Parts: sequence; C-alpha cells; structure tokens
Amino acid sequence: MLEIRALSKSFGGVRATDNVSLDFADGSLTAVIGPNGAGKSTFFNLITGALRPDAGQILLNGVDMAGRAPPEIVRHGIGRAFQVASIFPSLTVEETMLAAVCADQRRAGVMHRRFPLAETRDRAEHAMELLGLASKRNRTAATLSHGDQKLLDIALALVLEPKVLLLDEPTAGMGTEERWRMIDKVRELWEKQKITVVFIEHDMDIVFKIAPRIVVLCYGRILATGTPDAIRRNEAVIEAYLGSDDHAGAVA
Amino acid sequence: MTELQAGQGAQTLAPPRIDARPQRYRDVLIALVAFALLALLPFIFGSKQLLDFVIRCAAYGLFATSLNLLVGYTGLISFGHGMFFGLGAYGFGLMMQKTGVPIPVAFVATLAITCVVAVVIGAICVRLKEIYFAFVTLAFQMLIHSTILSWQSLTGGDQGLRGGIPRPPFLGIDLSNHLHLYITSCALLVIGLFLMRQIAQSPFGYTLRMIRDNATRASFIGIDVWRAKLTIFVLAALFAATGGMIMALFVSGAYPEFAYWTISGEGIFINMLGGVTTFLGPMVGTVLLLILNDTVTRLTEYHGIVLGVVILFFAIGLRKGLMDFVVEWFAQRRGEASG
Repeated sequence: MLEIRALSKSFGGVRATDNVSLDFADGSLTAVIGPNGAGKSTFFNLITGALRPDAGQILLNGVDMAGRAPPEIVRHGIGRAFQVASIFPSLTVEETMLAAVCADQRRAGVMHRRFPLAETRDRAEHAMELLGLASKRNRTAATLSHGDQKLLDIALALVLEPKVLLLDEPTAGMGTEERWRMIDKVRELWEKQKITVVFIEHDMDIVFKIAPRIVVLCYGRILATGTPDAIRRNEAVIEAYLGSDDHAGAVA
Repeated sequence: MTELQAGQGAQTLAPPRIDARPQRYRDVLIALVAFALLALLPFIFGSKQLLDFVIRCAAYGLFATSLNLLVGYTGLISFGHGMFFGLGAYGFGLMMQKTGVPIPVAFVATLAITCVVAVVIGAICVRLKEIYFAFVTLAFQMLIHSTILSWQSLTGGDQGLRGGIPRPPFLGIDLSNHLHLYITSCALLVIGLFLMRQIAQSPFGYTLRMIRDNATRASFIGIDVWRAKLTIFVLAALFAATGGMIMALFVSGAYPEFAYWTISGEGIFINMLGGVTTFLGPMVGTVLLLILNDTVTRLTEYHGIVLGVVILFFAIGLRKGLMDFVVEWFAQRRGEASG
C-alpha cells in the first residue's frame, strides 16, 4: 500500500505539487493525467526521491520515504521508468539486466568475482522474457529502436521486483500503433506481476480504456480521482482539463 | 569525448558471449605467460637499456591503466591523477631514507598513506561533475606539488630526494641488483594489471560502466553512485602510487616533476594514444609514448611539436586510440567474414 499524505513542493513561487493526498492499493493500476505543467512528473520525482518534498509523507507499507535518496527508495520497492528512456547506452540488453540484478542483490560492489554472477541469471532472463527483449540480448542499448529502449527502461525497473512501479509516459514519442502495443504490454505486466502500477499518459483513449482508476492533476492539485466513467462525467474535469465542449464530447 | 568513444566502441564491437569463469582462467594464463616472457627477456637480450625501458613501462603503465579505470570505465576525467604517482614516489623514498624499515613494510605503508589521502581528496572531488571534477583534482595536484617544493627540510624542495634510496635486501631479493629490480618491477606490473583487470570485469566494474553511461539511472536501480566513485578513485590512486614507487626505485630518488601536473597530462595523453575502450589500451599507449619520447628527443630538440602532431593525428585523424582502432578493425573483418 502506497499512501501519499499532504505532499507539497514549490519551485520559487510555483506550487508544483500542492497538498496532494492519495492512496494506491496493492495491485492497483492507476493512470495520472493532467495538462502540461500540471505537476505529474514532479509528483513522480517526489515519490522516487529525485526531488525532496517541502512537506508531506510518502508511506510505503507504513514506512515514510519522504526525503530519502533514490537508491534507498528503490531498495524499499519503488521502481520507475522515465519519460525519455533512461538506459546505459554502451551495455548490452543482457548486461544491463544482469548488472541491475547485481545492484538489487547488493552485489554492485563485489570485486573478487567475475561478472556476471550465476545467481543473477534467472531474474535477468525472466525480465527479458517478460518485456520481449530476449532475442535482442546481445544488442547494445544504444542500437535499439526507440520502442525497445522504452521497454528496456521498464525492464530495468521491473527486474528489481518492485512493489510499486511508476511509469512516466511509457508511450511518449510513439506512433499510434506502437502506443497500443506498449500499453497492452503495461497492462499485461500489471496482470502478471500483481504489482502496483501508476502511469502518466497523455492519450485519453488509452487512459479511459485501460485504467480502472484515474487521477487528474491540475496546477499541482488533485482535481478528481475515480473510475473512467466518473472522470468523464466530472464537471470540474470537463471544464478545467478537457476544456471545450467538443473535446469533452470526443472523449465521451 | 571519452564517453562518446566508449559508447561508439561498444556499439561496433560484437558483444562477447557472457561467461564468467573461463575468462578468469584465461586472464590468469595471460598474466603468467606475460610474466614468463618478461622474465626471460634479460637472458635473451643482454641490453641494460631495454630492461630500463621495461621498468619505466611498468611504472607508467600501472599509472596510466589506473587512470583509465577512472577515465574509461567510470567517466571520471581526472587531471590530477599524477599526484598519487608523486605521492607513491615520495612516500616510499622518504620512508626508506628516514626510517630504514624493510622494503615491503615501506611499500605497504606508502599504500596506506596514499589510501588516506585519496579518501580525503576523493570525498571532496567525486561529488563534482565533469569539468569541476577535472579542475578540482588538478588543484589538489598543484597543492601537493607546491607542498613538495616548499617543504624543503623534508623533501629537498626543487632538488628532490637526493642521496639515493637505501635498498636493504629482503626475502633474498636485492633491489640494488639491476636484474632483481627488473624482475620485481615486472612482477608488480603483471600483478597490478591482473588486479585491475579483475576489478574491471567484476560486478563492480559493471557498476562503474553504468555510472559512466548514466549516473542518474544507476542511482535509480539502487546504486550509491558517490560511494562507487570514491571506491574506484581510491583504488586507482593505489595503483598509481605503486607506479610511483617503481619509478622511485628506478631513479633511486624522487623529484617534484613526479607530482607535477604534466604527469597527469601524460597519463591522459597515453590514454588517448592507446585508447580507453580496451583494457590494455593504456599499456600500449605507454609503450608508444615512451618510444616516442626516447626517439624524438634524440633526434630533435623540438620534441614537443612532434608529440603534439602525433596527438592531433590520434584525436582528429583516428578519433580514437590505437587499440580502439585495432579492435574495431578486427571486429569489422570478423563481421565481414561471417556475414
């Protein structure tokens, strides 16, 4: 269970995250939407430790993560993927996975043995299978297609076996068809792994179709949370975010 | 530039099949063969000059390869790595002159001192990014160099440590005997290279590669980037100090130039010559630079110009070091043969 309590963060005078409180039940799938500058990425950066919150708590199974450094938060079980695929360009897919498992097993500092360690193989293999990257194991990350780099980024988070997985726009920079393939993958991972998944998404069709629960952020505040149907009908959302009537009509 | 090179090099190479144990046996074998060949050298060629050359290669080779652990593997471009070379030479020389402890004790004690100094300097430096890291390491180098110059009563100032370094025999090894010194230098070189190779190919070595490629991502898979950087900074310093100790034994003294920034510059130069994407690149670079130095200074007094042209050729012409070039060329040929 991930509980966010009164989380706030300001940059100068701008309240990027303003008193946000949210619960994410174990095994839930939640989409976070909101216009540009709504504070979606800031929200993720606060939870994962990339930014230090001004106030508030981030409770993972009752333990407060607020203000801790990223490595520590990761080890507690909050993994993330990035909007722009964040990978290790010169490592191969397989090396990336094996090295990540090493880090998770607290063996990133081991010097008296050779890489890779035998005990990292199964998990690395499993993650590559899950993301469909096994056939590209010997490719260096830099040579992968954009979509595969995004998958590798997700694989990097997933191979650590997180309790909560935060995906910052998994479909960013993809064509329509590729988007759907990616989002099917996300849904499949969520169903198979039974982990808590929170993702940011711009495409309304995708959000309304696959997310059982939607959180709408606007100017750093929660505008609404609820099922796709409830969000579609929510007047504040229609007015503030979905904007003009014809857009709302298109969504509905 | 080095990160770019590292990335490009890795892309074009056919990725090796990952299998850990045979690799280590192979490295042990290579180390043993290399040592055997080096040890046989004096019995084949009697030339003292050649042996001197190899001893210098051992000193600079350890130094340059340890610098590559920072530059090539971790992406930490240190312009002050030479300070540990100087520290090794002075620490060892002073200890032998002032205390008269056995050589192995002085060796270990010098490493211990280097370790402490490197922890302090590293703790300050590795937090800094790229250019700031480069310049603050350079600043520490200048600080150590100035200290050596001005602390005349201890270091002899700009005259250096004079009067020779005493070398009492230990365990049947007499380092005042040229052959013994040669074999010991070779042993230190081979052991040092083997240990560095082991570090580079260990899980920790891959942690360093991740930090070089994308430190932010590394921290988001749970790696303490600062600690890893500090660890390799200190380890590299120890190997550089070992190089410095070989140098001190070779010239039987220590001079302020050993701690001057030009030593760090030569280290970077060697890495550019030899290449940073292969483990032995810096070793090849060392041999190249020393041959160049020796031949060019004999032929002309304008050796700076010649060395400058050579580095321009590698930097602008090949855009990589010699070993990078050779390895890529082989990979390409293999690719053509199979494809």
